[in-house]
Amino acid sequence: MTTHPATGEALHTVSVVVNGGLRTAQVPARRLLSDFLRHDLGLTGTHVGCEHGVCGACTVLVDGAPMRSCLMFAVSAEGHEITTVEGLAARSGAAEGDLGPVQQAFIDSHGLQCGFCTPGFLTTVTAYLESNPDPTPDEAREAISGNLCRCTGYQNIVTAVCRAAELIEERGI
Amino acid sequence: MKPSPFEYHAPRSIDAAVAVLAEVGHDGKVLAGGQSLIPILNMRLASPAHLVDINRVSGLDTVEVTAEHVRIGALVRHAQLEHHDGAYAAQPLLRQALLNVAHPVIRNRGTTVGSIAHADPSGEMPSVLVLTAGVVEATSVRGTREIPAAEFFLGPLESCLAEDEVATAVRFGRFSPGTGTAFQEIARRHGDYALAGMAAVVTVRDGVITEAGASFVSLTATPDILDLSAALAGATPEDADYAAAAALVRDHVDPDADIHASAEYRRMLAGAIAERLLPVAARRGIRQRSEQEATA
Ligand SMILES: Cc1cc2nc3c(=O)[nH]c(=O)nc-3n(C[C@H](O)[C@H](O)[C@H](O)COP(=O)(O)OP(=O)(O)OC[C@H]3O[C@@H](n4cnc5c(N)ncnc54)[C@H](O)[C@@H]3O)c2cc1C
Ligand code: FES
Ligand code: FES
Repeated sequence: MTTHPATGEALHTVSVVVNGGLRTAQVPARRLLSDFLRHDLGLTGTHVGCEHGVCGACTVLVDGAPMRSCLMFAVSAEGHEITTVEGLAARSGAAEGDLGPVQQAFIDSHGLQCGFCTPGFLTTVTAYLESNPDPTPDEAREAISGNLCRCTGYQNIVTAVCRAAELIEERGI
Repeated sequence: MKPSPFEYHAPRSIDAAVAVLAEVGHDGKVLAGGQSLIPILNMRLASPAHLVDINRVSGLDTVEVTAEHVRIGALVRHAQLEHHDGAYAAQPLLRQALLNVAHPVIRNRGTTVGSIAHADPSGEMPSVLVLTAGVVEATSVRGTREIPAAEFFLGPLESCLAEDEVATAVRFGRFSPGTGTAFQEIARRHGDYALAGMAAVVTVRDGVITEAGASFVSLTATPDILDLSAALAGATPEDADYAAAAALVRDHVDPDADIHASAEYRRMLAGAIAERLLPVAARRGIRQRSEQEATA
């Protein structure tokens, strides 16, 4: 096993399918999945707010299910498929350079301001709408209750969730 | 913050997992869903030298429903149990309580057995395990043992699991026909840890309450059962003295104060929840019995 040149910490070879491509890096066991994505793979779309599971900014899809990437080690993700915000458009079948329906809905509905929380909302809402394609505004509010946003006041995010459901229906995804 | 360095073990079998735990002793920690442990590591409230990740151990992810119990393996995620219709039919309290455990995203990763091993007095599932007279199955290099829920919880965040033991499964008990259940908690925001919560069970026979009991969340240092039969038994669900039962609840609970709520406020909430929840459980008891008779 290789070790870190400066600290001597053991390094593990971690291979994960991220947004459809196999990615490999050598990391210490304590590397959080969030830092693996951001630092080792350069996918800085996943944001890190609290590192204790509360804010939801770091949410990614693990085998299609939303999970906190700050509460998972990269070594535990080995062999799983990860989708980050960078992969949502392609996952929805949008053409290269186009946005996915949930992303488009957040723009249409002014569902973001600074955008820090947005990647976590987009991944959470994407998975939510797959099992609940036609939410009421109350259900939409409940669906995002695990994500914090310090800017919008949530009203436009709730609207965006309902708008995304319409877009998915229209696009026949 | 980031966790301090540790040696990572990813055993493929329970035998391999307990062998590592036996070897590293006090320096080892089991990693299941990580939804309680990793925040603790990130904040460096703990820095175990060895983590034994049980996520690659096979055979731990099954839900099994029998006539006596619902048995779940150590890798059954909260979400998997919540959505399991057979488990809900056999023990409705499981889904009723799980809907209050954190947010759906946390439930996708966190395990129900892990939340019981964690023994948080603010956790919902330890209370459900106790109220259903459940059992924890534990394995170490020394062998396996079964621990009744009533003996499992020693104090806040403290169970009787030894440091070399893995909880491989838990069994939630089932109730007799005519038993209704209900769960409610009050939190500042849905998904947060409860300020106060309660699981209630009421058995109704020939239109009359025969037995009633409750267990609590964030209101007692360890989950225990309060027998409410003295206040409710003998009455019909319509006429029962729920206020008397609520008074017993207020006397029984022993909440702590923290930045979220004073002890008195939590005690008041406990009484209010009891008065609301017990009639719901009683009505469900009647319905449960008539459904049983209809299918019999
Ligand atoms: C934002 C947030 C909100 C939450 N809200 C709630 C809530 O409202 N109610 C609630 O109950 N929980 C809540 N949780 C915690 C969540 O339910 C966890 O899933 C659960 O407490 C622990 O399960 P786990 O599988 O994640 O265990 P881990 O975090 O992996 O482990 C927790 C502890 O139990 C030990 N352990 C785990 N599994 C075993 C085993 N099989 N054998 C022996 N020891 C074991 C570990 O060594 C560790 O000490 C919340 C978590 C977060 C991040
Ligand atoms: S950074 Fe993961 S939940 Fe806040
Ligand atoms: S848009 Fe700024 S935190 Fe949500």
